[in-house]
Amino acid sequence: MSHTIHWRSLWRLPLLALLLVVGLALTQVAEAQSDPQAEAATAVPALDADTWRQVRSGEVDAYYRDSRFDSTYNLVNASGESWRQWRNRWVSPYGLIVMGGMLVMIVIFYLVAGRKRLEEPRTGNKLLRWSALERALHWSVATLFIVLALTGVTLLYGKHVFYPLFGAGIWGAMVSASKLLHNYLGPLFGILLIVLLAKLFVHNLPKKHDLEWFRKGGGMIGNEHPDAGFANAGEKAWYWLLATAGIVVIISGLVLDFPNYGQARDTMQWANLIHAVGALGLTAVAFGHIYIGTIGTEGSLEGMTTGYVDETWAKEHHNLWYEEVKGETVPEEQIASRGKDDTAQGPAQSSP
Amino acid sequence: MAQMKFMCDAERCIECNGCVTACKNANETDWGIQRRRVVTLNDGQPEEVSISVACMHCDDAPCMAVCPTDCFYKTDDGIVLHDKDLCIGCGYCLYACPFGAPQFPQQNAFGERGKMDKCTFCAGGPAETKEEEFQKYGANRIEEGKLPLCAEMCSTKALLAGDAQEVADIFRQRVVRRGHPDGGWSGNQRREGQQTRAGQPDVSMADSLAYDAARQG
Repeated sequence: MSHTIHWRSLWRLPLLALLLVVGLALTQVAEAQSDPQAEAATAVPALDADTWRQVRSGEVDAYYRDSRFDSTYNLVNASGESWRQWRNRWVSPYGLIVMGGMLVMIVIFYLVAGRKRLEEPRTGNKLLRWSALERALHWSVATLFIVLALTGVTLLYGKHVFYPLFGAGIWGAMVSASKLLHNYLGPLFGILLIVLLAKLFVHNLPKKHDLEWFRKGGGMIGNEHPDAGFANAGEKAWYWLLATAGIVVIISGLVLDFPNYGQARDTMQWANLIHAVGALGLTAVAFGHIYIGTIGTEGSLEGMTTGYVDETWAKEHHNLWYEEVKGETVPEEQIASRGKDDTAQGPAQSSP
Repeated sequence: MAQMKFMCDAERCIECNGCVTACKNANETDWGIQRRRVVTLNDGQPEEVSISVACMHCDDAPCMAVCPTDCFYKTDDGIVLHDKDLCIGCGYCLYACPFGAPQFPQQNAFGERGKMDKCTFCAGGPAETKEEEFQKYGANRIEEGKLPLCAEMCSTKALLAGDAQEVADIFRQRVVRRGHPDGGWSGNQRREGQQTRAGQPDVSMADSLAYDAARQG
């Protein structure tokens, strides 16, 4: 064994021992000096009230980290509760009030004023009012609107009615079908509505006599027919409501329908409120449109089903349009013998 | 009946993400679903602080209030659970949730949301069989008399889970032991500057803070 001890190097040992003793003594002093109050005073400050206030407000600064993969959320979703209150306390109940109120008003109006009948007897001569394309567009949009309204109303109110009524099994199938139909038919409705709006644009440009129409309440004040072209001012109002609020509902619906474009949670909260308010409002007005177009006015519905309206109807309801196209009347018998295919020809209209 | 609550002691959380991993492992959640997340404020600054967040099983749960299908329910233990058979993936619970807890697996085109997934406090969910329950909702440790795995595995015991009163008691003791005014969560106005006549921090305020944070329902 060649392991020898170098005695000279042992001088380090007492030095190390001395250092240890001195070190320990110093710690004793430090420990004796420790004082919770002093420690708290010199400690790194914890988060201050401002930071927590910032968290509550939903703000995120550059030093914020979230361990969840692809997360874009802050710590506290500050607007979530506001969204909940807006939806549950305002949009939901007032949507019912607006739609129910509209229905009640229509029923009262019907009971008081009754159906608007033609004042003169029918002449039997017909005028082409809506082409087959326009009718196809109208009924497609109308069907989709009704399906979307029913499914949308089910999504908003269904749980209060159908869940207790049918139980979880049927309700589950019902609501998932509603969501599926709503989400898949919505974009189709959007496209078709825009095509329909474009097709009817020329008819719905505002005219001076429209003001007079509104002043007379569409004929309800003074009980005489105010001037109206192809579309009366009421129809134009419905057109422009769809062209504005309808488009907003479509856009907000698309924001909700396609969450894969990275839109933020806050954006979708807004989109949801705008979508609900717009759609509920449009549904309420649509009740009025449906009433006037069907049982409310004699001779209106046949225009959108057969494409033709009676000369008398045109004279009474759309006098200015009648003056333009009165030379193009077709006898009833001729239409019946021509068959359905020929109605696909363009409408008898002259551009304004 | 117990009132189950999570509580994360921000003074203890070291952002190790052990809770996230434990949860993922216990519940075998879908790809892309991470029921728990750790949020760090002032990262890299002297005041850096982290907090682990998942579903907090609210008393007045906003998700329950806005769900169009009414798929949420509260167990006797105050745990907020949901029925995936009723969920339609509309995302409203996510809009309303204060903590960003609901997540949606994306398996279809156009980002269409799948059935919502969130923390169940390791209490499973409604299902016919045990296998179905595990497959849909993950572990049901509560049924086995165990607490959520995230809290059980928390290395610094920052994340506490259990009955609100128990959690509040533990937190209160900690605040007292820490012995300085910022012992719990700092910045609470009712606590700031509060001192007893002896110059010691007023612990009774910390007590009420702990009680607030894990309120008995």
